[in-house]
Amino acid sequence: MFDVERWQEIFETLSKNKLRTFLTGLSVASGIFILVILLGFSSGIQNGVTSQFEKDATNSIAVWTGVTTKGYKGLNPGRRIQLKNQDFDNIVTKYDDNLEYKSAFYTIWGGLVNYKNESGNYRIQGVMPDNQFIENADIHQGRFINHSDVIGNKKVAVIGNKVSLDLFKGDDPIGKDISLYGINFKVVGVFFDPGGERDESKVMMPITTAQKAFNGGNDIRSMMYTVKMSDNFNEAVKLSEQVTLGIENDIKETHIIAPDDTSAIRVNNTLEEARKIYSLVDTIKAVFWFVGIGTIIAGVVGVGNIMLIIVKERTKEIGIRKALGAVPMSIVGMILQESVFVTMFSGLFGLVAGLALLEFVGPLIESDFIKYPQVDFNTALTTVFILVFAGAIAGFIPAYRAAKIKPIVALRDE
Amino acid sequence: MIQIKDLHKSYHMGSNSLHVLKGINFEVKEGELVSIMGSSGSGKSTLLNILGMLDEADEGSYTLDNVPIKNLNEKIAANYRNKFLGFIFQSFNLINYKSALDNVALPLYYQGSPRKERVERAMHYLDKVGLAPWSHHLPTELSGGQKQRVAIARALASDPKVLLADEPTGALDTKTSYEVMELIQGINDEGKTILVVTHEHDIAQMTKRIVNLKDGLIIDDSMVEQVRASQYV
Repeated sequence: MFDVERWQEIFETLSKNKLRTFLTGLSVASGIFILVILLGFSSGIQNGVTSQFEKDATNSIAVWTGVTTKGYKGLNPGRRIQLKNQDFDNIVTKYDDNLEYKSAFYTIWGGLVNYKNESGNYRIQGVMPDNQFIENADIHQGRFINHSDVIGNKKVAVIGNKVSLDLFKGDDPIGKDISLYGINFKVVGVFFDPGGERDESKVMMPITTAQKAFNGGNDIRSMMYTVKMSDNFNEAVKLSEQVTLGIENDIKETHIIAPDDTSAIRVNNTLEEARKIYSLVDTIKAVFWFVGIGTIIAGVVGVGNIMLIIVKERTKEIGIRKALGAVPMSIVGMILQESVFVTMFSGLFGLVAGLALLEFVGPLIESDFIKYPQVDFNTALTTVFILVFAGAIAGFIPAYRAAKIKPIVALRDE
Repeated sequence: MIQIKDLHKSYHMGSNSLHVLKGINFEVKEGELVSIMGSSGSGKSTLLNILGMLDEADEGSYTLDNVPIKNLNEKIAANYRNKFLGFIFQSFNLINYKSALDNVALPLYYQGSPRKERVERAMHYLDKVGLAPWSHHLPTELSGGQKQRVAIARALASDPKVLLADEPTGALDTKTSYEVMELIQGINDEGKTILVVTHEHDIAQMTKRIVNLKDGLIIDDSMVEQVRASQYV
């Protein structure tokens, strides 16, 4: 391999067969080039799609309570379980590492809301600031409930778009007062919700305000959390199940509920949305890998093909060399080393060209669905080596055949 | 130098078998210049291929420079060819993309000699055949006679025991043929053993001994009065 004579021989052969060398190199270089671009855009699309759907992909856990159906530790069935602020805080403290957004709710299912002469019946919810992200509420005007609203029990409200249309008839609602059961709340924001009209028929206010205004004390009706995204679906499922189970057990313990009582407390996680996003990303990955592997196979077949032609074209030369004393291994070595050298050199050339294109064109792409197209250099280098290796294997058959050429056959005059 | 005893060779093509050599007994001493004659199909090329270790006999023994040539694998055959034999072909068989010098140096490459020595020796043999000024020309830039002289220089480069020439003048006109024969005679004069396969009588007359083959058997083997090619040139 490090035989200087052999290299001299190879460079001589290559420089005297420029077109053949160029064509072989071109097929390999373009193969790698396409592969690099493909991998780059695969990661770009993956980044883009993930960032587009990330917010829907959050895996939320909802907790609400009901009535016990089983006696436990001397307590009778039929007891209503009431969640308190403390329950919410305990869970937040305990699972802080795994939770991203969290909110407790104090909900009035139907409340009469007035603005001047207009009125309507809407769901009224005391919430925490994180609820904006839990429910994907898209603020259309103004702002959402913030932390200081919650701390200061401020009488502010964020209303759904439907509420705004019903009560304000197109007027700007920001800064106006709406009244609920005679209490005035200042509208600070209007939101849209991907859930549609039903989710937009809602009035949200700070949970502390709601508890005070509607005599809730420390009571909360339900709680919602989102679990942080993991890199893959299986991890997300595992984590989510862990947290779900943990929360359920904690609450059962605090409120003395039988472990097998299914109606006193319900903890649900919604993995469905996450599942869709993960499967989308997986599908994209799979498609690009499929195409990528196809490209590699095409490249390898191309190299093998060209080497078959080379051997065919050089049959007579190989015959001459053998008549002059070339041993079979030196013929195999010559052809393999030459092809590996050409493949490697042009592969690296295609790799650099592809990376350069991604580097310069990547940032110019303005699409929500393609972000930062790039290739991990190690991955790309690995593919080059795979290609060279596979090319050598594909080339070994022609080279072996070359070694088997009988000089008398090769030298026979036509 | 060469001893052949009871050499048989058959070719099998499907169910047909063709008995080409039917028991050849033949000896060549060092320094001889022998021509092997015969019509096509007489087996003369097969005999040369066996002598050149490009083909193996079915039966019989072959000794070259006191080395029994049998049970050759490809590697040993290649080494023996490199060490013992120089080939001259009808169609020259030069490598087209290599210069005359590199062509001549090729057997030395397979002998493993260093590049400097290769170039020096190749240059020496090119000079010997009168083509030193053409050393960097490609075969395509040379005439037929020049190509054959490059091929002769290449055959000589590894300093073989025996030169095997298969119709060396077959692709050349009469004048060039005589020039090439003159060169071959000159090499023989220096003591090299040379076998020439030909079907041209005038070429055969320029050797020292004519072996006549017919249907796979030697029918005549006689010394001849050598005609010097130089008198025609």
